[in-house]
Amino acid sequence: MKLEDLRKIREKTEKDMHLRDGKARIKIVVGMGTSGIAAGARETLKAFLEEIEKRDLSDVIVSQSGERGLSSHEPIVTVQEQGKLDIVYGNVTAENARRIISEHIVNGNPVSEFVLEVKE
Amino acid sequence: MSIYRAHILLPIDEGTIQSGAIEIKKELEKRIEEENLKEEIKILETGTIGVIGKGVMIVVYPDKVTYYNVTKTNLNNIIQEHIIKGRIAEEVEHSYEGHKPVEKEYKNVGLTREQQRIVLDKCWKIDPESIDDVLAYGGYRGVEKIFSESISPEAVIEEIKNSGLRGRGGAGFPTGLKWSFTRAAKGEEKFMICNADEGEPGTFKDRLIMEGDPHKLIEAMIIAGYAVGANKGYIYIRGEYELSIKRIQKAIDQALEYNLLGKNILETNFSFYLEIKKGAGAYVCGEETALIDSLEGKRGYPRIKPPFPANKGLWQKPTCVNNVETLANIPEIIYKGSNWFKKFGTEKSTGTKVFTILGHVEYPGLIEVEMGTPLREIIFSYGGGIKGGKRFKAALVGGSAGVFLPERLLDVKMDFESLDESKAVLGSGAILVMDEDTDIVDMLFSILKFFAHESCGQCSVCRIGTHQLLNLIYGIRRGQAQEKDIDQMVKIAETMFDMSLCPLGQSLIMPVKSAVENFRQDFLNKIQNKNN
Repeated sequence: MKLEDLRKIREKTEKDMHLRDGKARIKIVVGMGTSGIAAGARETLKAFLEEIEKRDLSDVIVSQSGERGLSSHEPIVTVQEQGKLDIVYGNVTAENARRIISEHIVNGNPVSEFVLEVKE
Repeated sequence: MSIYRAHILLPIDEGTIQSGAIEIKKELEKRIEEENLKEEIKILETGTIGVIGKGVMIVVYPDKVTYYNVTKTNLNNIIQEHIIKGRIAEEVEHSYEGHKPVEKEYKNVGLTREQQRIVLDKCWKIDPESIDDVLAYGGYRGVEKIFSESISPEAVIEEIKNSGLRGRGGAGFPTGLKWSFTRAAKGEEKFMICNADEGEPGTFKDRLIMEGDPHKLIEAMIIAGYAVGANKGYIYIRGEYELSIKRIQKAIDQALEYNLLGKNILETNFSFYLEIKKGAGAYVCGEETALIDSLEGKRGYPRIKPPFPANKGLWQKPTCVNNVETLANIPEIIYKGSNWFKKFGTEKSTGTKVFTILGHVEYPGLIEVEMGTPLREIIFSYGGGIKGGKRFKAALVGGSAGVFLPERLLDVKMDFESLDESKAVLGSGAILVMDEDTDIVDMLFSILKFFAHESCGQCSVCRIGTHQLLNLIYGIRRGQAQEKDIDQMVKIAETMFDMSLCPLGQSLIMPVKSAVENFRQDFLNKIQNKNN
């Protein structure tokens, strides 16, 4: 592979991400580092996927990331919505994940009690 | 000061922001301006009023009327009816009781407070298992810059030297200088090693980098290998870090597939191969020469220096060993330039530092802040202060072989020079906070137990010294000791500092001496059996 190919892949993925964002209204990012997993992030992720399938939410995608250092608040989930500020939730158990889906993702009202941070 | 006829309160919280409160605020300001009401009406941003699921809300005082689900259209109605004509806009959903704003600040307290992130900037944004994601977020820009602008290895080293970057593993040796030694060493074959053994109790910064942004480490290793003239690199990861090993291996495989690793990287003349070596959990293998021995398949014993690894390292060939956090700074320094990096931190300790906050604090966790941030700010602003409202007693700074800092040294700035002045060390960046109920003797006991267990036994001073210290503190804890035993501990630690082969034995002086000097009363209480 040449340098130019690398640049092409970079540009293509950037475009794809926009396209993906265009199709998907909301991206849910679950922190899957060791602390997150120890605190139950796998169950959280599973709950999100189950709930999305059950409700047939075709415009929501779920992704994973590393952790961010807020170990005492794990599992941590970030909800990114196009054109809106990102909302970071802490202590998202499987049960809380279901509440986030029904209250935030479906009805558009962030669940205040779990919010850690709102950021650009 | 003008007196306003009415106040319009605009609650700003995550719910109302999502519903578009910021746009409504702009619209409101515009409309007030248009109606020439600026002198009469004051708009105030407030915290949440505790109502959720009602969209954007505004509260009009003194009438105490709350309007719900405010949009740009019905906002006009509210202004026309309520603000101008003074009667309630019946068409808009409302209630009379009024709401008092609830105090809620999540931006200024705890670990979500604003941080300067260089090392951990992408850790929770990208999917660590997807190289395309990493590329789209700007990964491998450093490598791209070097090869597209044909920057020479010497120029790369010069850039790192100029950035003032110092090793983040504990000793704080200038990274650029270390690279130049390996570069200048004679020999055809050279090696680049990443020390990811992270054995320091309570530290997990390297794990976060490897789990959250493994490609950053791969990129840094490519750049470092290019600079020092190595074609082969090893990442020595402690065996317990299963997820790190899995993700780094995946990143290596993906980089190989994209020809970012392997033969003739990106069709240049430079080839670089990477391999993972799992550590077996010995604390001493965090010392670079013991790590090299372990890599060679031997028992991990620290070597006698000189010769230094820069001249005779792995397989007696020139070798450079760097810590994960040190390396994680490299790609951004190369891409954005050393002058950009120098803007952060202090004059002699540039950049940022990752600190793990542990123990009796409200929010244990990990932060990355500029070098020179005061310890008080880290513990009380980021860590949220002492758990349960208790009093601060001490902080063990720099890992298990760190220094017990008493309350009077809380304002020390966390950088290499300032800590040196207070006879402390930055170490791995672990900050263990202890409240007023903690017994320093017990704390020191567990540290000494750890060191007696981890002493490799190669040199007798450390092997015997650690057990002598342990015996003395056993006696003190049982109340079967005399006051002179306390000073004897310091004497032994001093001897170990003078005579031990490696930092494991040398560094015990720091916890022992600082505990005895700052918290002598705790020891005396034990001896006089007051506390038992």
